[in-house]
Amino acid sequence: MSTTAVHSLWTTAADPIAKIPAPKIEYGQLSPTLIVVGAALIGVLIEAFLPRKSRYYAQVFVSVVALCAAFAAVVALAADGYGTTKAHIAAMGAIAVDGPALFLQGTILLAGLVGLFTFAERRLDPAAHGNRVDSFAAQAASVPGSDSEKAAVKAGFTTTEAFPLLLFAIAGMLVFPSANDLLTLFVALEVFSLPLYLLCALARRKRLMSQEAAVKYFLLGAFASAFTLFGIALLYGYAGSVSYARIAQVVDGTVTNVDPALANTMGNDALLLLGSALIVMGLLFKVGAVPFHMWTPDVYQGAPTPVTGFMAAATKVAAFGALLRLLYVVLPGMRWDWRPVMWAVAIITMLGGAIIAITQTDIKRLLAYSSIAHAGFILAGVIATSKDGVSSVLFYLAGYSFVTIGAFAVVTLVRDAGGEATHLSKWAGLGRRSPLVAAVFAVFLLAFAGIPLTSGFAGKFAVFKAAADGGAAPLVVVGVISSAIAAFFYIRVIVLMFFSEPRPEGPTVAVPSPLTTAAIAVGVAVTLVLGVAPQYFLDLASQAGVFVR
Amino acid sequence: MENLIALLIAAPLLGAAVLLVGGRRLDRVGHWIGTLLSFVSFVIGLALFADLLGKSTEHRTMTQHLWTWISVGSFHADVTFRLDQLSMTFVLLITGVGSLIHLYSVGYMEHDERRRRFFGYLNLFLAAMLLLVLADNYLLLYVGWEGVGLASYLLIGFWQHKPSAATAAKKAFLVNRVGDMGLSIAIMLMFATFGTFAFGPVLSHAGDTSQGKLTAIGLMLLLAACGKSAQVPLQSWLGDAMEGPTPVSALIHAATMVTAGVYLIVRSGAIFNAAPDAQLAVTVVGAVTLLFGAIVGCAKDDIKKALAGSTMSQIGYMVLAAGLGPIGYVFAIMHLVTHGFFKAGLFLGAGSVMHGMNDEVDMRRYGGLRKYMPITFITFGLGYLAIIGFPFLSGFYSKDKIIEAAFAKGGTEGWILGGVALLGAAITAFYMTRVMLMTFFGEERWRNAPTPSPAEPSVEPAAETRGEHTEPHPHESPKVMTIPMIVLAVGSVACGFFFNLGDRFLHWLEPVTGHSEGHSPVSTWTVTGATLVCLVIGVGIAWAQYGRKPVPAVAPRGSLLTRAARRDLLQDDFNHVVLVRGGEHLTRSLVYVDHTLVDGVVNGTAAGFGGLSGRLRRIQNGFARSYAVSMFGGAALLVAATLLMRAV
Repeated sequence: MSTTAVHSLWTTAADPIAKIPAPKIEYGQLSPTLIVVGAALIGVLIEAFLPRKSRYYAQVFVSVVALCAAFAAVVALAADGYGTTKAHIAAMGAIAVDGPALFLQGTILLAGLVGLFTFAERRLDPAAHGNRVDSFAAQAASVPGSDSEKAAVKAGFTTTEAFPLLLFAIAGMLVFPSANDLLTLFVALEVFSLPLYLLCALARRKRLMSQEAAVKYFLLGAFASAFTLFGIALLYGYAGSVSYARIAQVVDGTVTNVDPALANTMGNDALLLLGSALIVMGLLFKVGAVPFHMWTPDVYQGAPTPVTGFMAAATKVAAFGALLRLLYVVLPGMRWDWRPVMWAVAIITMLGGAIIAITQTDIKRLLAYSSIAHAGFILAGVIATSKDGVSSVLFYLAGYSFVTIGAFAVVTLVRDAGGEATHLSKWAGLGRRSPLVAAVFAVFLLAFAGIPLTSGFAGKFAVFKAAADGGAAPLVVVGVISSAIAAFFYIRVIVLMFFSEPRPEGPTVAVPSPLTTAAIAVGVAVTLVLGVAPQYFLDLASQAGVFVR
Repeated sequence: MENLIALLIAAPLLGAAVLLVGGRRLDRVGHWIGTLLSFVSFVIGLALFADLLGKSTEHRTMTQHLWTWISVGSFHADVTFRLDQLSMTFVLLITGVGSLIHLYSVGYMEHDERRRRFFGYLNLFLAAMLLLVLADNYLLLYVGWEGVGLASYLLIGFWQHKPSAATAAKKAFLVNRVGDMGLSIAIMLMFATFGTFAFGPVLSHAGDTSQGKLTAIGLMLLLAACGKSAQVPLQSWLGDAMEGPTPVSALIHAATMVTAGVYLIVRSGAIFNAAPDAQLAVTVVGAVTLLFGAIVGCAKDDIKKALAGSTMSQIGYMVLAAGLGPIGYVFAIMHLVTHGFFKAGLFLGAGSVMHGMNDEVDMRRYGGLRKYMPITFITFGLGYLAIIGFPFLSGFYSKDKIIEAAFAKGGTEGWILGGVALLGAAITAFYMTRVMLMTFFGEERWRNAPTPSPAEPSVEPAAETRGEHTEPHPHESPKVMTIPMIVLAVGSVACGFFFNLGDRFLHWLEPVTGHSEGHSPVSTWTVTGATLVCLVIGVGIAWAQYGRKPVPAVAPRGSLLTRAARRDLLQDDFNHVVLVRGGEHLTRSLVYVDHTLVDGVVNGTAAGFGGLSGRLRRIQNGFARSYAVSMFGGAALLVAATLLMRAV
């Protein structure tokens, strides 16, 4: 065969392929996510190729560098105007690069970094056979109580896989609030959920409880994902597209040309209502809103506390980001349908979380119900359907995530022979033994309660104000009542710590490494700065409060 | 020149700060620092006065804007001072009399180890009082108003180791709070009505508002004035306030602070002019207090308390005049100034007597002191003649004008008010003659004096510490005390004549307060004649009772009225029965309601939520299957609700 013939064969064969347009990917604008994904892959390679001894240091190094670099990339993008004037939709319509996305990505990355510090803590648990260990199981695959587990402990194994898992989860969370079509949304949801299921199962102590929590989380998460996926299918049937912009146009009635294949379903409002309700339900599951909250206390209690702290903070940020985008970009045209429903959800979430928390006796479960109540408060801001609503939610999430991580980090410090002493009765009189730790925890509790001069007050005020301006005054009343109920159990813990006699066989407070100290210090600092001088950050959130469509 | 206004206040404020912060190292010079700064303020006042005189009448209002104090939404308050003829008059009175009393106190407080602190408080008082009269809006006035209240509290209770002094200070503070509440409500009403509380806009728009609102504001301002100026029904603190050192009684509780209420009413004249009902209330309060104070003054054996009753009564005159409207404003202020001179002089004289008599205050243990204290006798005597309205002395001019103005109000009211004012003049003559006779004339009852009677335990502590229960040795006070007395005596004699010459004072103040001549049903000469007749009657009765007969060293039982008047006409009993008991009943019933109803609701709510929590908690049973069911149910509800929303 001659060369021309070969050439023509190539070209003729290549011709139809060349007609598929190459996707245009703005790598620079996606760099925060790409950096984290890349680091996670490096982490996998580290697990495969590095000797066991040096994995921990390599993983921590790579993770810290990646998160810092990704945060720098977010700041650079924001400084470049991508949050405001240059906001647009990248990656062929899959990813939005705009103010809310960048603000939430920055929050997630910082929360992830602080969470990473608590992951890397190795001084709290007593050294096992001369090896320093962290909060994670020696070997996740070994059956609890078995010989192989004992052998793994004796060999000084640690589950350094936790770090790449964390990075994968963070990567998914970065995409989640910026996803601009339903499929990307779903993929991101799974990308961050699956590592979290695994992480929940990795506790070094109380492993059965940890595994039970992970299985519950996985089962219920999968159940919720199925609803979401079904909702996506219904919406596709309604709009003939999974793109946010396209669906919004169909909802508004500006696009009516019918895809012949979907002629029977397109524009059918029943599909729209069903589909959007199911997708919203999946997101409400992730934020832990009543009645989709049942997993929260069990999982928060069973998971390793560093994972709980990270999950409670970052999942909420990512899921509320996605919820905001969905409601504000895709479904603004049917806000008269979803607003009353969300009203009801917000009310029962606020009240339910606050009321059930009253009778909790375990500090981690208490914080879990508190996070449910907070989900309700944030929903009140979501319902405002205004620019102020968006920025108030952004501000609230930023403040709340650091308080949460800090509070769970304090929980890791209070220990007795069985590991963390999470039963509240053991916290009695902690303020007399360890005034500093108790005082720090009191600051976090006051911030949760929304007492002035803490970030909790500024956030709650912003959210309630936005809700009241948005015509949801009754919701604000319920919110304030719930806050009052919630204040009861927060203050009760403070009273317990400072005004009760310490128990003779009470827990001790472990001296942490600088890592956990840094996590707690950052939490306190952010809480107080956002509480005392919130204006700069409110302005920042306000600038970032516009979604690109 | 207007930049000097702030310095008027700054000088004594600096003094107060230096003296109170400076600590013990200033103990030796502190009193001179305080006195010097007071005089500095007086000199600045004189300079401003000269400047003001040099200007034409319509340019005599100066303002100095310092800074914006509060600016929130439509709520706007400036720190701005206003110096016009009215505030100028007060500035000169406050700094002039104040400086003299500072000087006097140098001698009077010589043996007190907390003298520096005393001068700090005096300076603080001056600063606050000047702020009160120089403020250009009601809110800033309120700051000064509270400031003088604080200074008054501190100075009444200056000898806080005496329980009576501490109690008196507390009483003054509490009673004043009632009045202060009136002022704060008045200011809020003003803001609600006019949207501002600057003098200019409020007073110029007073006529445009409904009568009801103006009456409310006026009555609240009157309540404030009653508190500060010890007018019925908030008069009860003034007598007890005499527990403070005598210079304090002279400066604060006779010459200046207690006249703040009169200032407030005159300053707010435009509001009262447009609210006749409030104005009527002012005259009634003035007339009642005029008699009340005078009657109390007749029965007191404590020289300072007798003078306190007199102060109350004289301020009653001023308030009465201020309530008459434009007929009376100028005369209220004129009487205020002349009263400032002679009452301060009288108090300083009383202090001088006490100084020479081992701090004895019971006039029944005085007598025949004119030989021993000639200067005090002469200055006190001139003050006495001035206050009873002896012809051509200060009180004669100013009081006469008020009585005339009261008659000129016209109608039945005019007759009643004029009659009360005349009667008051007679009683004034009586009680002041009584004080004069018991102190300076008659037997020397202090010889072989028994130990202090338990009936009047208000012997000041210095006597006890010195341990001198023996016979006192009356002596004249040092020069540093007599000089201020002499200066004040000159003022008591001359200032009325000076003011009245060619209606000088009237023309000076008229641009600010306005003036109108009433139509008196009786001629000026008739009023003057009647006043003089009353004076002669009052003096005559007093002479018959205390001059011809010897004064018993222990008070006789006296008539029912006398006994009531000795107890301040049962003011404290009234307050106790009505307010204290009533208040106790009210609090007890409120506490009961709080315990049963409020706590019941609160505890019940808490228990309810607790029970609900315990029940809801059981839903969380740990089984993933029931969680899934709840999620499924939730999803179904969500979908159903969304569909339902579209359907309705």
